[in-house]
Amino acid sequence: MAKIIVDGVEVDVPAEYTLLQAAEAAGAEIPRFCYHERLSIAGNCRMCLVEVKGAPKPVASCAWGVRDCRPGPNGEPPEVSTKSPTVKKAREGVMEFLLINHPLDCPICDQGGQCDLQDQAMAYGVDTSRFHENKRAVTDKYLGPLVRTSMNRCIHCTRCVRFSAEVAGVPDLGALWRGEDMEITSYLEKALGSELQANVADLCPVGALTHKPEAFHYRPWELTKTDSVDVMDAVGSAIRVDSRGREVMRILPRVNEAVNEEWITDKTRQIVDGLRLQRLDRPFVRENGRLRPASWQEAFATIASRVKGTDTKRIGAIVGDLAAVEEMYALKLLMESLGVTNIDARQDGSVLTPVYGRGSYLFNTTISGIEDADAILIVGSNPRIEASLVNVRIRKRWRAAPPPIAMIGEHADLTYPYEYLGAGPETLSELTAGRHSFMEKLRGAERPLIIVGQGALSRPDGLAVLSTVAQLARDVGAVKDGWNGFSVLHTAASRVGALDLGLVPGEWGLNAQTMAQGEVDVLFNLGADEIDIAPGTFVIYQGTHGDRGAHRADVILPAATYTEKSGTYVNTEGRVQLANRAAFAPGEAREDWAILRALSDVLGHRLPFDSLNALRAKLYAAYPHFAAVETVQPADGFAAIQALANIGGTLGREPFVSPVKDFYLTNPIARASGVMAECSALARELKLEAAE
Amino acid sequence: MAVRKLAPEDMQPQSFVLSPETEAFADKEIAKYPPGRQASAVIALLGKAQEQAGGWLPRKAIEAVAAKLDMAVIRVMEVATFYTMFNLEPVGKYFIQFCGTTPCVLRGAGDIRKVLESRVGEQNHVSADGAFSWLEVECLGACSNAPMVQINDDYYEDLTTENFEKLLDDLAAGRPVKTGSQIGRIRSEPFEAVNTLQDPTLYDGSLVGAWRKRFDEQAKAAETGENAAAMASVPQEAKAAKPTAGRAIESPVADTPAARAKEGETPINPADRKEAADPSTATKGKSHTEEGARPAPQSSKSYVASPTKDGEAVPNSPTTPEAGTPPAQAETRRDGSESKPGVTVDKDNMTS
Repeated sequence: MAKIIVDGVEVDVPAEYTLLQAAEAAGAEIPRFCYHERLSIAGNCRMCLVEVKGAPKPVASCAWGVRDCRPGPNGEPPEVSTKSPTVKKAREGVMEFLLINHPLDCPICDQGGQCDLQDQAMAYGVDTSRFHENKRAVTDKYLGPLVRTSMNRCIHCTRCVRFSAEVAGVPDLGALWRGEDMEITSYLEKALGSELQANVADLCPVGALTHKPEAFHYRPWELTKTDSVDVMDAVGSAIRVDSRGREVMRILPRVNEAVNEEWITDKTRQIVDGLRLQRLDRPFVRENGRLRPASWQEAFATIASRVKGTDTKRIGAIVGDLAAVEEMYALKLLMESLGVTNIDARQDGSVLTPVYGRGSYLFNTTISGIEDADAILIVGSNPRIEASLVNVRIRKRWRAAPPPIAMIGEHADLTYPYEYLGAGPETLSELTAGRHSFMEKLRGAERPLIIVGQGALSRPDGLAVLSTVAQLARDVGAVKDGWNGFSVLHTAASRVGALDLGLVPGEWGLNAQTMAQGEVDVLFNLGADEIDIAPGTFVIYQGTHGDRGAHRADVILPAATYTEKSGTYVNTEGRVQLANRAAFAPGEAREDWAILRALSDVLGHRLPFDSLNALRAKLYAAYPHFAAVETVQPADGFAAIQALANIGGTLGREPFVSPVKDFYLTNPIARASGVMAECSALARELKLEAAE
Repeated sequence: MAVRKLAPEDMQPQSFVLSPETEAFADKEIAKYPPGRQASAVIALLGKAQEQAGGWLPRKAIEAVAAKLDMAVIRVMEVATFYTMFNLEPVGKYFIQFCGTTPCVLRGAGDIRKVLESRVGEQNHVSADGAFSWLEVECLGACSNAPMVQINDDYYEDLTTENFEKLLDDLAAGRPVKTGSQIGRIRSEPFEAVNTLQDPTLYDGSLVGAWRKRFDEQAKAAETGENAAAMASVPQEAKAAKPTAGRAIESPVADTPAARAKEGETPINPADRKEAADPSTATKGKSHTEEGARPAPQSSKSYVASPTKDGEAVPNSPTTPEAGTPPAQAETRRDGSESKPGVTVDKDNMTS
């Protein structure tokens, strides 16, 4: 720790802090454009100038370390002034230079109202220009369907360049030419190839890079901001949903150090138009092979008449990937009261069950825990498309000091180098038997991390694979006091919550695959769109979009998406998080729990709650850990890993294949989105190009 | 700096493969840096690739260098576009870099430029026969032999219209040419008679420490009193190692009332006193009321005129135009000329 005096306030900060960080610790605000906490330091905007006592000139506080400051003549701590007239004059000078080439187009700029340059010009700008020459003009660049450019506005902070090279790991952007001719562009103006590219528009302190799909749609001050969580993958990124009236206008990342830091994927951000398109806004009933609009009463009556005449052994329920804990709990209670045991939330055929303890299906290491791992093995997963922000963490760990990383599964570009061991279970058993050099690295590691993905578990021999991975984890000491390196990576936002609730087939119950093959007569489908249901079954689909599930349905109950209801989601770590309502569901669509409550009344098994609060009270009484929002209840790792290791079983020969075929089209909301369709087509094109 | 851009697609070669020679050079360069730091060799490799490609860098060459160094293409592109020594468009067999900086211009670079324009044509364009192209560059550091050009790797100095024409003729005809000065002098020795650096004491070691001795002598002379008056302006503790030559010497302000009083003189010169008392030259004191009646000081940049104390608008800067005035003639119309006094603003856009 080092002492430093900032504006007369003495603070004690770590010596490796920069002056900017020290000033913030002392409560002084430093304006900046190029500096960003999560990117390397460039020091090129010069806005953060401060005065250091004894230094002949103002210094850039973002690039000057506390340890680089000289003490006073009698050993006093170094003194920094952030508000002196010199500093103000220096910053005004910098601002004048920045504004020399910056167009005065704030009224037509999408960044207006949320612009760092605009804000700081209020504090350090002057009202006129002394620059009589022409401003420079730069041609706009094509950077793909998500980022719109207006390069006249660029102030060359290079945050976008640093983000794509450092965090996203896809070095597409660069600063070409030099001096006044400097331009930010991608090589030959190709579209950006990262699944995190839209973050560059968030990072841009001016309006040079803005979000293309949202261009000219709103002003930031018109929007109502709602904190929520994302359900596009099982990471549960913290987001802010901005809405105007009934419509969601945009989705922004929120800072959550434990989960997404401050990034979100393009899918999380740009499915906004999918929330609006292809929506189910009224109930439908199939008559003579065609769906026709119906009233809620009609729809419920049709269901009731079918359910009453059916043996409970021939009734089933499957749950999709976007369901919140509340409706899954309501469905579970409803099915229990009907005496139905055919219930399953694993439409992809995953073998995870709560039987072996909570530690058997959580990402026990936690996402921030990845940064402590010193050897990483990925089995049957492509984290880059299954959970991009987990991949960002692994990349962050790799950048800090490369640990040995290895992968069994599909060979893919993960943005960091890794040792490719093999494609399938054979390699896994080879590794377990110690016939592979990577085993030594795992054994030698203090905190080994083994990530097992759905590609290894959603298959007939999934349980054997899980067991083998557990044995491996036990052998290398991945589970010990203070460290649990056995982690399951999920792809569905609802999955961990469903497993916590025990939404797996009960005694003699059928699993989702069997139910879909026509083993039940009445199937209640709560938003499961990734499963093909055999003809003959009477399907009740409760969901939001006219997607696969709705096309197969006999009765459609229109429901609310994650932005239109208050719902609990549990992410892959087991972190309980709340999504909040930002807008209302369209037309007659209702919140899911309310639909189930109304249906239960018609079926003669009224659920014991009349409000969301009553439902939650019951839920929390039965499952107390759901009440602990924002936290992870650690699971018993030892017991889980023992139980799993003891299952045994024979491994198959098929290679592991990631369940995510197309990153941009994994769920009904994304499939309804035009922006996602464009991104998907472009990604395919880039892939073909790379294959050539 | 001239506008640089990538060569158009039809000029770009279809492929570019590093030659064995370039590969060998690359491996040697990469070996200079620690493992994993091969990207440090990028400038050397680009230079070699440019040599191989005939004086310029095709896009494929940049990609080949990126592949060789395991770098993202955009990173290599950044380097290639940053340094002006990398030509991104084809150049002639003889690529002439013409120095257009002040010393050369003073010594007649303008004539050389005329020769280039008439013989080779426009800057940055390869002549029809492919032999020449030229580019104006900043100082190449051979100012004493100005004017000069660099052709490929060599300097050609002391150019005149005649000898430069001849030089170009010789190059075009493939005749051998002389590099360096074109008027026969060796490097940058004096233009006419060679008469400096001929003093033998320069070379026998007798001058070593001479400056120190000179300062010591001067200091001694100051102490003897005889020269004290002459040396009064030299600081008392002259530091020999830091001669004051060329520096402003500070001395106390001699003529102040306090200094005069100390020396027993009248503190204020009677003549000055008389002058100051002269009512015709005295500055008149302004009455406070007069000051208050003026309009409040107002920035010419303000959009809204500030009112006077008694609430009336400032008379000579109307804020609302009279009804019926066309906007172009309205007094209140602002066109930016207020804040840019030196700029004539064409209010009605008549000139363009």
